Parts: sequence; C-alpha cells; structure tokens
Amino acid sequence: MKELTSLALDVAKTFGATYADIRIIEEQSESIVIKNGRVDEISASTNYGFGVRVLANGAWGFAGSFLVEKPEVERVARLAVEIAKASALLAKQSVELSPVPVVQDRYTSDVQIDPFAVSLEDKLALLSGAEEIVRKTQGVTISSASMHISREKKIFANLEGSYIEQEITESGAALDAVAIQGSDIQERSYPNSHGGDVASAGYEFIQGMLLKENAPRIAEEAVQLLSAKPCPSGELTIILNGDQLALQVHESCGHPVELDRVLGMEASFAGTSFLTLDKLNTFQYGSPIVNINSDATIPRALGTFGYDDEGVPAQRFDIIKNGMFTGYLTSRETAPVLGQNSNGCMRADGWGRLPLVRMTNVSLLPGDSSLEQMIDGVKDGLFLSTNRSWSIDDKRLNFQFATQIGWEIKNGKLGAMIKNPNYTGITPEFWNSCDAIAGKDEWRVWGLANCGKGEPMQVAHVAHGAAPARFRNVKVGVGR
Amino acid sequence: MIDKQRIQDALKTAIDYSTADQLEVLASGRSMALTRFSNNSIHQNVAETNVSISIRAVIDKRQGYASTNRLDERSIKEMVDKAIEIAKHRPPDSGFVSLPEPRPVIMRDLVSELTVDYSPDERASDIGKLVGVVEPSNLTAAGAYSTGYSTIGVANTLGVNAVETISEAELRAVVMSGTGSGYTSATATSVNNIDIEALAEAAKSKALAGQNPIDLEPGTYTVILEPDAVADMVSFMAFAGFGALSVQEGRSFMKDKLGEKIMSPNVSIWDDALDPNTIGLTFDFEGVPKQKVVFIDNGVANAICYDSYTANKEGKQSTGHALPAPNTYGPLPLNLIMAPGANTVDDMVKSCERAILVSRFHYTNLEDPIKTTLTGMTRDGTFLIENGEIVKPIKNLRFTQSIVNALAGVEMVSEARLLKNAILGAAYVPWLKIGAFTFTGATQF
Repeated sequence: MKELTSLALDVAKTFGATYADIRIIEEQSESIVIKNGRVDEISASTNYGFGVRVLANGAWGFAGSFLVEKPEVERVARLAVEIAKASALLAKQSVELSPVPVVQDRYTSDVQIDPFAVSLEDKLALLSGAEEIVRKTQGVTISSASMHISREKKIFANLEGSYIEQEITESGAALDAVAIQGSDIQERSYPNSHGGDVASAGYEFIQGMLLKENAPRIAEEAVQLLSAKPCPSGELTIILNGDQLALQVHESCGHPVELDRVLGMEASFAGTSFLTLDKLNTFQYGSPIVNINSDATIPRALGTFGYDDEGVPAQRFDIIKNGMFTGYLTSRETAPVLGQNSNGCMRADGWGRLPLVRMTNVSLLPGDSSLEQMIDGVKDGLFLSTNRSWSIDDKRLNFQFATQIGWEIKNGKLGAMIKNPNYTGITPEFWNSCDAIAGKDEWRVWGLANCGKGEPMQVAHVAHGAAPARFRNVKVGVGR
Repeated sequence: MIDKQRIQDALKTAIDYSTADQLEVLASGRSMALTRFSNNSIHQNVAETNVSISIRAVIDKRQGYASTNRLDERSIKEMVDKAIEIAKHRPPDSGFVSLPEPRPVIMRDLVSELTVDYSPDERASDIGKLVGVVEPSNLTAAGAYSTGYSTIGVANTLGVNAVETISEAELRAVVMSGTGSGYTSATATSVNNIDIEALAEAAKSKALAGQNPIDLEPGTYTVILEPDAVADMVSFMAFAGFGALSVQEGRSFMKDKLGEKIMSPNVSIWDDALDPNTIGLTFDFEGVPKQKVVFIDNGVANAICYDSYTANKEGKQSTGHALPAPNTYGPLPLNLIMAPGANTVDDMVKSCERAILVSRFHYTNLEDPIKTTLTGMTRDGTFLIENGEIVKPIKNLRFTQSIVNALAGVEMVSEARLLKNAILGAAYVPWLKIGAFTFTGATQF
C-alpha cells in the first residue's frame, strides 16, 4: 500500500499541494434482524476506497474513489489539487495547520472473540432466543432483535511523513418490544433505543448484554405502559437514567463544543453554537458538580481509536470542569484559533468523506450520589429512561426529549409507571439545575452509532459515559 | 463517468452467474461534487466517485443479501455466492411469495451534461455571485452547492431490467446578520435551473427583515407555513404512515381510516415520480414501475403504497415504492406532491388577524407515530402577522403538534408550489394557512 500512498502524496505535491494526506479504507459489515419471528435480514457488505485531502493555495480540496488502482490514485490526487485551487478563489484566509508529531504506528482495537468468526447459526440462536420471549409475551404487537458487526481497516499517510495503520472492530445488538392498542403505541428497548448499544469490541460484548435475560422485563414494560398513567404537565424534579443522559450530553454538550460549529462551518446544516469563543473559561455551563470530558482512550468505547483522521493521537481532556466551560473539540485547522494544538477529534465517515470535528467519547463524569439517594431526596418528581425522540435548536439551547418510560417519585419513593413522558429546557439552565450525579458504580459507557453531521451527510460512531443524575425544576409533559 | 453500459454489464454478470431460485441485483454508479461555504468563504470542497452492487438471492423462500462497491466480474460473482450462502443458512420465510415479475417501465434519463461535468471553478464562481449579493449588506452566507449524477439499475432473474441516469444540482444557503437569518434552497436536474442570484436575494431580504426579533409567548396560533416547513411536516407524516408495512404492523395513523375524512377537504397528497414538477426514477428499487398513489384525497384517507412483499401479503400488486433491500422501513413515497389551492401568499397574509409566519422548521422529530406528534423549532425567519401585515420578526419557537390535526385545520392553500428536499426524497408543496398550531416553548434568538 505504501506505493499507492506515496504516489498520491507525490502527485499532489507535484501539482501544487503544500499539505496532503490519503486514507485507504476497507470496511466489512454484517447485519441480522429478526422481527415478529421472521428473519427479516441477514446481509453482508464490503466497501473499499480511498480519499485524498490537500491544501493548495492555502485552501482545502478533497477527492475520493472506489477504484484503488494507480491510474485512479493519480487522477484523484490531481483532482483534489484542482478542487483546492478552486476553493482558494473564494477563501478569505489561508488555512494554517497546528503541528503534529510524525508517527509510524499500528493500532488494533481490543477484540476477544472475532464476531466474523462466530457462525451464523450461533448468532441467529442468540437473537431468536431473546426475540421469542418478547414475541410470546401477551400484548406485544411487534418484537425484534438485531445485531450489527463491522470492521474497518484504515491506512493514513501524509506528506509530513506519518504512516498509520488502524483496525477497529465494532459489535452491537438491540432488542425491542412494541405494544399497540388503538392509537396508543408504546415501545421498550434494551440495552438502549435507536439500535441498542455498540462498542469497539468483539462478540463478547454482545454475549455480555444478556439479551435473553432482559427480554421478559422490556416486553412486560411495553405492555404495562399501555395502561400506565399519562405524564403530568408542569415543573418537576427529574432523574434521568444513564441511557437518556447519554443523548442529553451528546446534543447539549458534545455538539455545541465542536469548534468548527462554533466558527460557523456548520451554520447551513444543523447550525452553530451558543458556546461562542468569549465563553471559554468564563461561562458557568452547569452546576459545580457537573464535569464533562472527552476521552478517546476509554477501553472498548465506540469513540475510541489510536489516531484521528489527521494522524493526531487519541487524547483525554476536560470540556466542563466544576461546571465551568473549559474546552472545545478541535482539529489541526481550528485549534490555532485558540492558540492550541489539535486535541484529536477529526473523524471521517469512510474513505469518501472529508474528516470533520467530531465527538469521540464525551462523558458526564460520575458524582458522589446514587440513584437510591437521589430518589430519596425527591418529594414530587419523575425518573425517566430510554430515549424516544430528540430535538434541539440551531444554537443548541432549547431542547426537547421524549423517553420511552418514566416512573413517578413521591416523597422519596419510586411510584407508578408513566407513559409518553417528555421534558424540555434551555441547555445552561438545565445543567445548572443539576444537584446530584450517581457515582462510578452506576456509571457506564453507551455507544451511539448514528451521529449525523456535515454536507454531504456523515455518520459518526461515538460514545457517552453517564450515571443517573438529578435536575430540579424541569418542564415536563410538554404538549400533553 | 460510470457509464450506463457498465451498470448494465454488472447486472448481466450477476444474473447470468446466478444459481439461486430467484436473484435480484441493484447496481449504482454515482459521482458527486459538493462545495461548502461559510463566512462568505469556501471552507470544504469535495468530490466522490463510487459504485455499489447489492444482491438478493432467494433459495426456497430464504433470502440472503450481500453487497460491495467493486464492479469487477470476480467481486460480483463473490457477492452472488455470498448471498446464496447466506440464504441457505437461514430459515424459510413463509410470507415471501416471489420477486416482482417484469412490468412495462417508461425509462427516461434526466441528464444535463453541463451539470455532470460542472467544474470546481464553476461552482466557486456561482458561490461568488451569491456572496456578491449578500456581502455588501454586511451579511454572511453559509451553504452547500452540489452537482453530479447517479445511475441506478435493477434486474432480476424473472426478467426485470431497468436502468436510469439522473443528474442533480442543489443549492442550500443560510444568509445571516447578527440577529436575523434567511434560508434558500433549490434542487434541479440542471445547474441552469438554479438561479443563484435570485435565491441569494430571497434569503438576503429575509435575513434583513428578521433582524432584532422580539419575544413572543408560546401558545396556539394561526400559522402560515412556507414550503420548506410544509415539506418537512408532510414528509414526516408519510414516513410515519403512508407505507403498507407501517399499516400492516398497526403503527400507522392510516390504519382503519381508509375512506374516512381525517384532514381538511382542501388537503390532497399523492406520490407521483412521473410528475414534471418533481425529480425521480420511474421505477423502484425492485424494478417495478412507480404508480401514482393518492394518499389523501380532499381530506379523505384514500390509499397507501406497497412494495412486492407487503403487496403479496394482501394479494395486491406493488405500487412501485420499494426501498433498497434489505430495509426495516418497508415501502415509502419519495416524490410527494400536495395539491395547490387558489390563493396568493399575499391573500393568505392579508386574511390573518394575528398569526405567525414560519419560514422553516429545524430538527423536527416524531414523538408519537400514530398520533403524528411532531416537535421541532422554527428557524431562519419567524414573523408575527397582525391585521393582515407582517409586522415584526420573532424569536424562534418550539412546536409540539399532531401533523394530522394540523392538516385538519388547513384554511387556505397557495396556488404557488415549490420543490423542496425532505427526509423522504423531495416534496412539491404549497404554502399553507393553518387555523391552530401549538407552540410549546421559545429560545433566546
């Protein structure tokens, strides 16, 4: 492969590039879906190609192709330079990159059981065993179980001399129960909604989920929700379970600290950010117990890697420290705006896309409380779990989330189940109302494989660590 | 360019090599370039050429799927073998009847060579024209301008064989002042139909009009929704309930409603890929010719759309709305069209005593698919109308509203319509005046 990477970099340089990198990527994936007792899908897929990114005349150009052959590599490298020169026709300033060490390295994610080596029969048996329990539960209308495994082999090389090989394997699974009665539709998912849970790990991660053991509970909860009390409307104390809090962190902290978004580069798509440059180290984002960091080194987490797609090593750093906003996610291009070097958050969705500033593993760090203690401290409130829908404005301030399930909290005790719960708020007001976070025993990492950003759209695989946390005076039951 | 012959050759290679009971091949080639700009400057500029080939093999009611992005003979044969191997290892699906038999497809290419070959310099020049309109007014523009083409072909061992090429040009841009913003977008098969300067002027005037917005208490208001907002709303509704799978699974608002009046009589919604006002393939991803399906006929729930699997389940014919297999969504409409009314937008504004004009929604999401409860924000131009005139810009609001209920309250429909990209393909929709629309929150800008 070094022959091809060298060719791309040499051609780019010859035609005027002052910086160039190439990524050659081979992806392999497999999906299984069982729905209502029927195998809905068994599919296998491969994808192979390369992308060349260059700076010429101080501006960016990128081109990619599926044909990993010398003449095409040469054509695409020349095209990338031509595109960069066109960018320079309407560029206000030259791109300057922060320095990064030259690296020759290889990184492989931790895999105990190769998911591609497990037989189809074993995978079907694991899923169908869990799906059957859900399906046979009286009152369940739709039952499904799914599994997705993938492997990405990636080579990165740049004109500065770095050459990095990475191999990352991902495994994930989900179990869903839907109960419908008239116009009432209720869903419970395990381990999480929207595709379940995913990790940078092997088949052992799926085995460890205990899908079958959790199937009766989620099936029964879906049915029970049909006759549950409606969500009350008003301002209450809420405790969010870690599965919902993961998405809350994602939307209201992870996205607004992407420095490219702050600088306006995403303005036309999902928008900008309220966390403008003047707020760095001066803005009280949350209460003093709120600590959020970015850590691309968490073992087996979905946003973990050896190097980002600019060849910057995986890093851990604070975003919110004791409630104060202290750090952005950055790239080699954006970090110099802060007088810093990249903290390694540039990631691309495959070979055909340009790297963007993306989350890695952005986590709410554990506190010193527990779910039991938090419930004990609530006179009138709700405990909410598992995301059902999400929405946030184009500066990441006004959000509204619905969850699959909730329970009343009355006088320090968990009470009746409630259905169709939702809550809304303004990001800094919400995080400043956080008065308790459960400790490390209840903290875990949730994989999220559907983070969209950019034009053309890219999907990133990220993760969020969270333990249950409590928030005061939150508006619930919106539009109910 | 990945020419059509190459796609046709790939289809033939797979079909000829197949030993399955039935085999379907979906092949595509695509070359797209996109220039992205922000702060009146190009900051990302990309091009990608890719292909894909997906095989569905059927052995004794067992289906296996395999796909790759290599079009050489060896890779195609490997995928056929892989799909057959997967099919053999799974249990039979008693609900599967057959892949579709061939039906006459009126094939057409919608190709502008200018658009296929549009250069990075030409895109930069066009964006320069847009910036030239807004920058003198101290406004900044951000957006994306894409050009390119896709060729898509489907064949199966029963004789289905269809291939089409469509070129695409699309501009999306937000124009911003310090406190106001305006959005513009256009999609066409040719760059000649993207009037950059006119689009820039429209976004500019909205950005200027939207400066210094006032707070407005959330509540239930009469609204005028512009086409971007209507396309978003109607597309989510179609996703939630116009496909047969959602009805068969009991999760559609259309279930048990066919023949009933569920919306205002001035609401009619259909899907028609052959309508000259929209852009689409004439066949679906199973190679079945797309039929016009009228979902809502003057307010009455009239019909749903099918792919071959859901149609066979009811002993019907596919309406040509299959998505690429395998998928968990079932059939869906990708070329929605909403009937026009007889009103001008001016008439609609003049008819309002107190109302809100919504240019666009942002980050909409369904909270409940059967009640069609949608939440989202307004964005890029929200205005208060009083006594028949647009009087003030207002800060963005959050809505939480049943789409079906909103469409039951449609009071006026514009004669003018626009084609807007949405979560499902594109939708050709008018402006709507809706009597009651519920805003449940507000933001700070």
